[in-house]
Amino acid sequence: MRSRPAAALLPLVGLAAFFALWEAFPRLDLVNPAFLPPPSVIPEAFLRELRSGQWLMAIGGSLGHYLGGLALGIVLGIAVGTLTGMSRTAEGLTAWIVRVLRPVPGLAWVPFAIIWFGVSPEAALFIVAVGVFWIVYFASHGAIRGVDRDLIELAAAFGFRSAPERLLTVVWPAATPGILVGVRTAIGQAWMAVVAAEIFGVAGLGQRMMQASTLLATDIVVVYMLTMALLYGVFDAAFTALQGWMLRWRA
Amino acid sequence: MAGLIAIRDLALTFTRDGARTTVLSGLDLDIEPGEFLAIVGASGVGKSTLLRVVAGLVPPSAGTVRLSDPEPGRRAVSLVFQDSRLLPWRRVLDNVAFGLEKLRLPRAERRRRAQGALARVGLADLAGRWPFQLSGGQRQRVALARALAVEPHVLLMDEPFSALDALTRESLQDELARLCRAYRQTVLFVTHDIEEAVTLADRVVVLAGRPGRIVAAHRVAGGQPRDRSAPELKAVAQAIREDLAGAGVSQNLQTAD
Repeated sequence: MRSRPAAALLPLVGLAAFFALWEAFPRLDLVNPAFLPPPSVIPEAFLRELRSGQWLMAIGGSLGHYLGGLALGIVLGIAVGTLTGMSRTAEGLTAWIVRVLRPVPGLAWVPFAIIWFGVSPEAALFIVAVGVFWIVYFASHGAIRGVDRDLIELAAAFGFRSAPERLLTVVWPAATPGILVGVRTAIGQAWMAVVAAEIFGVAGLGQRMMQASTLLATDIVVVYMLTMALLYGVFDAAFTALQGWMLRWRA
Repeated sequence: MAGLIAIRDLALTFTRDGARTTVLSGLDLDIEPGEFLAIVGASGVGKSTLLRVVAGLVPPSAGTVRLSDPEPGRRAVSLVFQDSRLLPWRRVLDNVAFGLEKLRLPRAERRRRAQGALARVGLADLAGRWPFQLSGGQRQRVALARALAVEPHVLLMDEPFSALDALTRESLQDELARLCRAYRQTVLFVTHDIEEAVTLADRVVVLAGRPGRIVAAHRVAGGQPRDRSAPELKAVAQAIREDLAGAGVSQNLQTAD
């Protein structure tokens, strides 16, 4: 019983030690404070960004790319994954397309994104959506393919025989746990895509970080790193709660 | 009165990896209203396949299966599987209502009928549970309620109690016998358990051979509930065993002693 509070404190102790060590390095001149700002200067940098309105604007821009790209990638990933998961013909037709396109990293799409959409929110949204699409597509395809044939037989035995009926009564519900795993991975990966897309100049956290780093304003860079970590934490926690509720039927 | 199911000269042939296997051939069978018909046979003789053909899940290779036309809001047949096959993401009541959703009934009517079916199997209290919270016997009762909710002309049962422990199995057999008597439910029941067949059925058909054919049929006298140790039942069970021995498959059969 006594070890319980101690165990709960351990992560906090670890975090405190981490900040203490981080503070010590620039203070003791082990590294140049311009290269690594101590954490004690971060709150002040944050307040400056907040007062100037830069922080809210950056967050607003990034959230737009993030949520838009995420929504588009998730919807298309589930749609195409469902199609290829249910139809052997669709799976066969797309097999080599998938093999060719899959290994292309999200960043490699940046030139095309700029050519097609210019340096615009649409370009950022596109890059985020591409990354999300593949993750959700593979998760959905696998989950749909893996649906227990017995459940499909059950649906048929009670008269649900058309593809849309099968999809709604058993295939999608049965595949939901697998699809949600993909969505959760995508929620994390999409932040990386957001930063990557914005580094090329689309307004948002990534662009602000690049601006700050060219001015060696490393404290501001850290402000945005922490902002992103916080946003990711909030989204992941909210999604995990939603996932738990959606899968409350599991033992 | 016309039969609810009429099977004529049914044959079923599978082609797998280029090899043709004939599972059933030359099969004729009629099921009369209110009758409890059991089909007994060894594993692999095609009993479950026959049930799937009747349920319309597998098309016959030859011959015909004629079902009665159900009234609106009913089904000609519904199926209870060996494993309960509950949908884990639906609560118990919604599992029972599953088949009703295909019958275009109003929501309130579906709910009323699902609750009625659940009450008939004695699980009205568990309507709000998830399947993972149920025991094996309870799950199979829910599967039975789901099949009864669509008020099938014929209830098809594919070894529904074989995965249960002996005590649960007997209590579910008694329950099924009681329900079928109370509602005059017609049943087509497939099993490899001879004692189960003679305890429940009015008529037992013996399926044997490769491809599977009907080698014998026995009437079991006496209403429900039956005394499992009655000598009349033992005699029928013995006759069935001899039919199967004649067909050379008795060694594959499970017996109760």
